[in-house]
Amino acid sequence: MKHLLSTRDLSREEAIQLLDIAEDMAAVNEREVKKLPALRGKTVVNLFFEDSTRTRISFEAAEKRLSADVINFAAKGSSVSKGESLKDTTQTLAAMGIDAVVIRHGASGAPQVLAQSGWIDAPVINAGDGTHEHPTQALLDAFTMRKRLHGTGSRGKGLDGVKVTIVGDILHSRVARSNVWLLETLGAEVQLVAPPTLLPHAVDSWPVSVSYNLDEALASSKPDVVMMLRIQQERMHDAFFPNEREYSNLWGLTQERFLALPAKTMVMHPGPMNRGLEISSAAADSPQSTVLEQVANGVSVRMAALYMVLTGEREVTHD
Amino acid sequence: MTARAIMQATDMHRALTRIAHEILESNRGAQSLVLLGIPTRGVTLAHRLASILESIVPGASVPVGSLDVTMYRDDLYQHPTRSTAPTEVPVSIDDATVVLVDDVLYSGRTVRAALDALTDLGRPKVVRLAVLADRGHRELPIRADFVGKNLPSAHGERINVRLVEHDGEDGVEIEEAVTA
Amino acid sequence: MTNPNLLITGATLPDGTRSDILIEGTQITAVGSGLSSAHAEKIDADGLVVLPGLVDLHTHLREPGYEQSETVLTGTQAAALGGFTSVFAMANTLPVADTAGVVEQVLRLGSEAGYATVRPIGAVTKGLEGVQLAELGAMANSRAQVRVFSDDGKCVFDPLIMRRALEYVKTFGGVIAQHAQEPRLTVDAQMNEGEVSARLGLAGWPAVAEESIIARDVLLAEHTGSRLHICHLSTAGSVDVIRWAKKRGINVTAEVTPHHLLLTDERAESYDARFKVNPPLRRQEDVLALREALADGTIDIVATDHAPHPVETKDCEWGAAAFGMVGLESALAVVHTTMVETGLIGWKDVARVLSEAPARIGGLASHGHAITPGVQAELVLVDPTTRRNFGVDDLASLSHNTPYLGVELSSQVVATIHQGYLTASNRAIVDAESVAARAQAVLRG
Repeated sequence: MKHLLSTRDLSREEAIQLLDIAEDMAAVNEREVKKLPALRGKTVVNLFFEDSTRTRISFEAAEKRLSADVINFAAKGSSVSKGESLKDTTQTLAAMGIDAVVIRHGASGAPQVLAQSGWIDAPVINAGDGTHEHPTQALLDAFTMRKRLHGTGSRGKGLDGVKVTIVGDILHSRVARSNVWLLETLGAEVQLVAPPTLLPHAVDSWPVSVSYNLDEALASSKPDVVMMLRIQQERMHDAFFPNEREYSNLWGLTQERFLALPAKTMVMHPGPMNRGLEISSAAADSPQSTVLEQVANGVSVRMAALYMVLTGEREVTHD
Repeated sequence: MTARAIMQATDMHRALTRIAHEILESNRGAQSLVLLGIPTRGVTLAHRLASILESIVPGASVPVGSLDVTMYRDDLYQHPTRSTAPTEVPVSIDDATVVLVDDVLYSGRTVRAALDALTDLGRPKVVRLAVLADRGHRELPIRADFVGKNLPSAHGERINVRLVEHDGEDGVEIEEAVTA
Repeated sequence: MTNPNLLITGATLPDGTRSDILIEGTQITAVGSGLSSAHAEKIDADGLVVLPGLVDLHTHLREPGYEQSETVLTGTQAAALGGFTSVFAMANTLPVADTAGVVEQVLRLGSEAGYATVRPIGAVTKGLEGVQLAELGAMANSRAQVRVFSDDGKCVFDPLIMRRALEYVKTFGGVIAQHAQEPRLTVDAQMNEGEVSARLGLAGWPAVAEESIIARDVLLAEHTGSRLHICHLSTAGSVDVIRWAKKRGINVTAEVTPHHLLLTDERAESYDARFKVNPPLRRQEDVLALREALADGTIDIVATDHAPHPVETKDCEWGAAAFGMVGLESALAVVHTTMVETGLIGWKDVARVLSEAPARIGGLASHGHAITPGVQAELVLVDPTTRRNFGVDDLASLSHNTPYLGVELSSQVVATIHQGYLTASNRAIVDAESVAARAQAVLRG
């Protein structure tokens, strides 16, 4: 795997290989010496043009546990805010000798542009680009589902037949996009629930079913997983829905809705959560919630991703 | 390309039994023994060795685990990305006698990686190495303590260890070099 | 010194007949077979098609203000290489062409360079801000004789301002060329809203943002009895609206760009910002509807929307990149590839949509005539059989933001004649000094 830009590019075999490697990384994360020498001597730059402490720390932990040298580059307060371009920034970093770039960028497609540009020769991992994709988030979500469903027998398995309902701002969500493609690849059945204003115009071309009504959707599908997406502050003032209260009433995982779910239904959230808006504390803090597992699994999955793009023969391209 | 059979099922069992006896001799019994196989076939061989040991020493229980060395290899950039395998260590290895088990000993690099991996898991009293076949061509100062069979071989040849659990039959064969 | 006479031999006229053409001074003086002239420079046009010089109603020459992208000189060189003998220069320069001073400057730069007749387009509103009418009358009455007014790049969004502008330009027979883009429906829009934008996570640009403005404006044009031109139609729905308006007798004309006749929004999948353009590339259904509408006359003209940008504004992430693509050099080849080779139109139609109709809409009396004695010698010779992978070498523009690099296009401009002299010859532009000298000679008479 040369880059990790999008879950659309992943074959089922690659995705399962990555999740299996992540299983072994998870074991490392549970032992006393949480370190592997695989990326010793490799330098990874975390190139964050957007604030995201959680994702950055998760990657940093993954990189350090694989013994890579880590450079953190936050665009804020750097020369980027003075108008230095993506091209100049990456070329400058490349000149310092880097072996991989983990990039978070506000512009959709920026990681792909970087990977195709020829500005650098290093593998690129997309840590979230605009409203496009966030592949490691989807992989850690899939890992979390698989682990809860199959436990120690997870290795080699997909998510065939698993019913996943994703609720919230699909239109602006890179997490939703990455999940839709990956879950389809792994055999899950995906249902999207959102107000029509927060669904992409052409969502009918996606391999999902769509509903506007959360109660009906939950009652009819009895999902194995309910994934709640974060509502961004800026959406609240742009006529996507009347106000927070109405959103929460219609599309939030309220205590009442949560209690009506089957006891085995997992509740997921990529974080950070707006408690009381898209998710109630009753749901977030319940044993059905995987929120903290997702965080822990994020490190394992990112270790696997880093390992997969950074090892292997450099001359040969494995598509 | 031709393959030449070197060991049959009975040869293998005999070799493993001899190794088991040698382990018991050097360890003066089965106490604080831990067998760690190197995936994939090393793990299977470790399980077989353990059951032989347990049959020789009535009442003994020999823990068996697996030690994946992928992340410790020195050739991660010379091969397509390798998948990992589980590392499972059933008991603490601190102060134990750890016997690493692998199918074939060749350059010694896998064993080197295994020793590093072991260091991250604990501090055994002693570490021994048992292999079913030693084909020579060492690139590091490493030797096996227990060897099922010495198999002098040429560089281009392949040694195939076949085990019932994986391949449907037991046996060891040498595959000759492909000449272009 | 006067310019030498030109004798074109064996050219194929748009109607398919073979003919010689004699050019003396700035005029075509004879058209027929077996022509000869002792002192004329001879151009062997055997196998070549001759068309009236192409007229582009929609070019961004960038001067004044953005000379790092294009100048009047380089832009008209690109025009000459593409077979254009006249270009209408859009008003979104710096300063904006909203005064007589700016349009006269552009006019002067054009006639000095000598590659093509440059007709400045005046801004509709001051500073393109959509608030206050620009000095439309002053521009119309200036030496530039502006007849086409446009805020292109921005939509004249305020319906009242649009109404007033439509009414006001009737004073001097002007036309408002509308960039139809509802601004609220296209906040931060990056590409056509549809299946591809949903997948790529790029903010969508719905077809209705274009269609609703066109619908409004044809109704305004009907109400005011004014002449309206719609720039760069890009959707099947826009075609329907124009078709309806024309059937109703509304005085509206419409243009399509070459790239909207060929490329679709799937090109954005690479996030290659060369494909970022306003209006955005649309779906294949739209491309086919636009071709059909151009063939049946619903769409009157092809105009390039030649929009040069320096490399750094395209060599970056999609969201940060500039909108636009260069198009003068490739326009005829794209029209040939999409419309002629597909059998939708013939050479007479090419002459209509790329010369006659744009000259008529723009009020450009010297251009767009059938090839007959007594008209100004504005001609282009085209090799219809060439096929080539379009490359940077095919560009004369200062900027190289073409979407066609590596794309196979059919036909090629061999020579362009403006005011009786060659501006492009042997598939390359004639050097600037010679062209400027020829233009000077014409001015002196």
